[in-house]
Amino acid sequence: MTRAGLLRTGIIAAALGALEAACRLGAIDRFSLSPPSEMATSALRILTSGEYTRDILVTFATVAGAALLSVVAGFALGVLLYRLPRLKRAADPFLASYYAVPSFIFYPLFIVLFGLNRWPLVAVAFVFAFVAMAIASVDGFLSVRPILLRTAASLRLTRMETLRHVILPAAAPYLFTGVKLTIVYAFIGVVAGEFILSGSGLGYRIAFAYQSFETATMYGLMLILICAVVTVNMLLWSHEKRLHARLTR
Amino acid sequence: MGLHAQIPLGEPVTAQAAHVAVRGLTRIFPGANGRPPLQALGPLDLDLAPGEFFSVVGPSGCGKSTLLDILAGLSPASAGSVTFEGKPVADTVPDGVGVVFQEDSSFPWLSVFDNAAFGLRRLKTPEAQLRPRVEEALALIGLSDFASAFPAQLSGGMRQRVCIARTLVMRPRLILLDEPFGALDQQTKLLMGDELLRLWRETGATILLITHSLDEAALLSDRIGVMSARPGRFIDVIETGWARDRDSRLAADPGFGAITARIWRQLREESLKAMRAAP
Ligand SMILES: Nc1ncnc2c1ncn2[C@@H]1O[C@H](COP(=O)(O)OP(=O)(O)OP(=O)(O)O)[C@@H](O)[C@H]1O
Ligand SMILES: [Mg+2]
Repeated sequence: MTRAGLLRTGIIAAALGALEAACRLGAIDRFSLSPPSEMATSALRILTSGEYTRDILVTFATVAGAALLSVVAGFALGVLLYRLPRLKRAADPFLASYYAVPSFIFYPLFIVLFGLNRWPLVAVAFVFAFVAMAIASVDGFLSVRPILLRTAASLRLTRMETLRHVILPAAAPYLFTGVKLTIVYAFIGVVAGEFILSGSGLGYRIAFAYQSFETATMYGLMLILICAVVTVNMLLWSHEKRLHARLTR
Repeated sequence: MGLHAQIPLGEPVTAQAAHVAVRGLTRIFPGANGRPPLQALGPLDLDLAPGEFFSVVGPSGCGKSTLLDILAGLSPASAGSVTFEGKPVADTVPDGVGVVFQEDSSFPWLSVFDNAAFGLRRLKTPEAQLRPRVEEALALIGLSDFASAFPAQLSGGMRQRVCIARTLVMRPRLILLDEPFGALDQQTKLLMGDELLRLWRETGATILLITHSLDEAALLSDRIGVMSARPGRFIDVIETGWARDRDSRLAADPGFGAITARIWRQLREESLKAMRAAP
């Protein structure tokens, strides 16, 4: 393990140990916070009992669907804005202030539109996520050094070939960051939506456990969610780092 | 279509038979943000005979790269015309023209081999044909041992050579080179010059080389065009009279010193002008 990795592991272990001790010694009230060891056993029990498996799968499927839609639509919008600079100039103020609007205010509207099922969740996550992908894409395309486009022209590439073989790979680090953000935003969108109003999913189950004072279950579910999100992100992050290492000294 | 379809062998080169013909070429950049327009080039005329090695020297900022861009069809002329193999050049780079830019233009996401193979892959060249051609090009520029390296692991001069390989592998009939050896040390520069001469002899391509090095121009060229300070025009065209079968050993020839001296006489005044005009 690297020095940074050792330090990271050390800090996490110390924090968990301190929390464990504080809970066990009664410094923290048992009903507000379970000790980490109990969170872990609870998470394990949840996973093995199968009682929550459906909710977990439903949440992940919704996140995956929303993320996929957001990546595709965001990328397409990015290409469009890149190809039509005038449209981009017109859209710039909206893009810049997009995340100033809390998009969850539209959730009730989506429920009215789609009914109380998984689609309003997909919609709210999509609205929250796809613009991040569009912004990352168009920023990536615009970051391509002009000399590479001139090279493409000198090798007689068509517009499509230039996009596919020069612009896309040159913008890859940006696109990758866009995908990473989109997945994170889709997670937030879906779980937050489930919290607010839903009949299934991890977010709904956490909220339900909270309301019925099932502290252990609540923390177990939270731990599962956090571990899943962190794992996905770490995978993307390490991939991104490898990509970067190849492109720079 | 080959060169010989249009230019019967044994006939003297006339303006019609010129491989590249430039007439009254001018480039004026429109002034942005209220600045006045800037005349970067011309008007100038130029004829390149098929298979000729022509070098361009001139003070910095005189419009050499601008000239290359227009010849390649990468940017428009403000006035005048360019024809390549009898067809007007405009908007697109004609088939058979290869360009090496002044700036590093290697693709950082591709290995040296894949960089060199890039153009052939776009033409869907079968891998079995592609491999020997790419390997040959890499050997020519001395980067065979770096085939699987990425540009980020190479020096500036090595990256420039990757770009040269990527262009040469396409076997262009007209090769436009903008300061291709700029980032190389003197010895490598001479050896690369020899390799370029060998390739030129073997392929019969026409070469236009832009260079800052008077020695390089004097050693490699059939003719050398000396440009004035901006807006660049040819103030002198020097015939070297070298045999086709030549290499860097020419540097010991007494004629070599005479040619560089003549270029410098022409260029000194213009370079001073360009330096004074620089902001
Ligand atoms: N896109 C552009 N817009 C405006 N002015 C330009 C543009 N490109 C070049 N110029 C100007 O045209 C002139 C000629 O530029 P060019 O790059 O052709 O010179 P050069 O002879 O290649 O110089 P160097 O030897 O330094 O490479 C310069 O004064 C430059 O500032
Ligand atoms: Mg230049």
